[in-house]
Amino acid sequence: MEALWCDRCGESLREADHFDCQVARNLEPPRFCSSCRRRMVVQVLPAGWSARCSEHGVVDQLNNDE
Amino acid sequence: MTQTTQPQADAAVILQQAREQVLDRGIGLSADQVLQVLQLPDESVADALALAHEVRMKWCGPEVEVEGIVSIKTGGCPEDCHFCSQSGLFTSPVRSVWLNIEELVTAAKQTAATGASEFCIVAAVRGPDENLMSQMREGVAAIKEAVDINVAASLGILTKEQVDDLVDMGVHRYNHNLETAQSYFPNVVTTHTWDERWETLEMVRDSGMEVCCGGIVGMGESVEQRAEFAGQLGALKPHEVPLNFFNPRPGTPFEEVPVMSSTEALLSIAAFRLAMPTTVLRFAGGREITLGEIGTRDGLLGGINAVIVGNYLTTLGRPADEDLELLADLKMPIKAVADAL
Repeated sequence: MEALWCDRCGESLREADHFDCQVARNLEPPRFCSSCRRRMVVQVLPAGWSARCSEHGVVDQLNNDE
Repeated sequence: MTQTTQPQADAAVILQQAREQVLDRGIGLSADQVLQVLQLPDESVADALALAHEVRMKWCGPEVEVEGIVSIKTGGCPEDCHFCSQSGLFTSPVRSVWLNIEELVTAAKQTAATGASEFCIVAAVRGPDENLMSQMREGVAAIKEAVDINVAASLGILTKEQVDDLVDMGVHRYNHNLETAQSYFPNVVTTHTWDERWETLEMVRDSGMEVCCGGIVGMGESVEQRAEFAGQLGALKPHEVPLNFFNPRPGTPFEEVPVMSSTEALLSIAAFRLAMPTTVLRFAGGREITLGEIGTRDGLLGGINAVIVGNYLTTLGRPADEDLELLADLKMPIKAVADAL
């Protein structure tokens, strides 16, 4: 699925490079669905995280790292 | 913000006085003395950290207490703590979510697997309602059944009955941060007072639970207020002080407050240790951004004797393995569960 939106700030990926967001994402889980920009329900655990978009389902740390 | 620094000659005198008072006699520095430490010139930071490390080794020993934390109820908080992404009053992207019991036990197992002796369950609330207390009852019992680890809690402002309930559940330590100096608190929170937090802490202490109380440095407070905060924590005499370094969160009123310098952060570590020679002084959130790998090492050699490993509540920490390798490298043994009781 094409990523259209920054998963940290929720703004369009086409309108800026989002370098600061990429750096910040090393220490933050995603907050926005990159496909539809919906805010995701995110649970952080001591050794991982999962994020769920009501439209596009679950992203977790393992899948995100792949 | 312009800050006064002590001349180098005075710095040696300040540290020598601290050595005699804190290292030799175990008496923590007062707020005025902490201010002198916080105003030391950059050239004296290494000496301050070395003294703080000596104090930690003499009064606490070489062991490091390792802890993991998890949020049982994230987001949607009615309070307005200006640093926090979990307030429902701000435009933060953090959405409300509850952790179920199975996930809670999984989190406790993940924490125990690192060798940690502490697992703290945290909720973003003003104070717990019956639904949360019920969830805690079930969750703490399930953890104790499945995992050999001490359970702590952080659920906001408590009633006396709730304090007693937590004791009955077997919660051995309660976290409730004062967050900052009393004089700066109204700039940070307007929906409750510093005194309300203090009242909960007194009830926790009277119950026999261990008191865990710290805060966040670098939220725009003056260096005088940072010293005031250390003095107020020193007066409280908490068993543990978690020391967070401000990490600006999107959508919060403090999102534009800059991150403090690593030098300032390290001096804060040394100063807080010199104010509280016997407390468990824990590295908490924001250290990855403020201090990085080198600063984390310097902090562990500058008064810190406890760490939160793994992720935080809404942000991520560095992998637990990296902290554990660092502790091994520094020859700092991890405190075992039995020793922590």
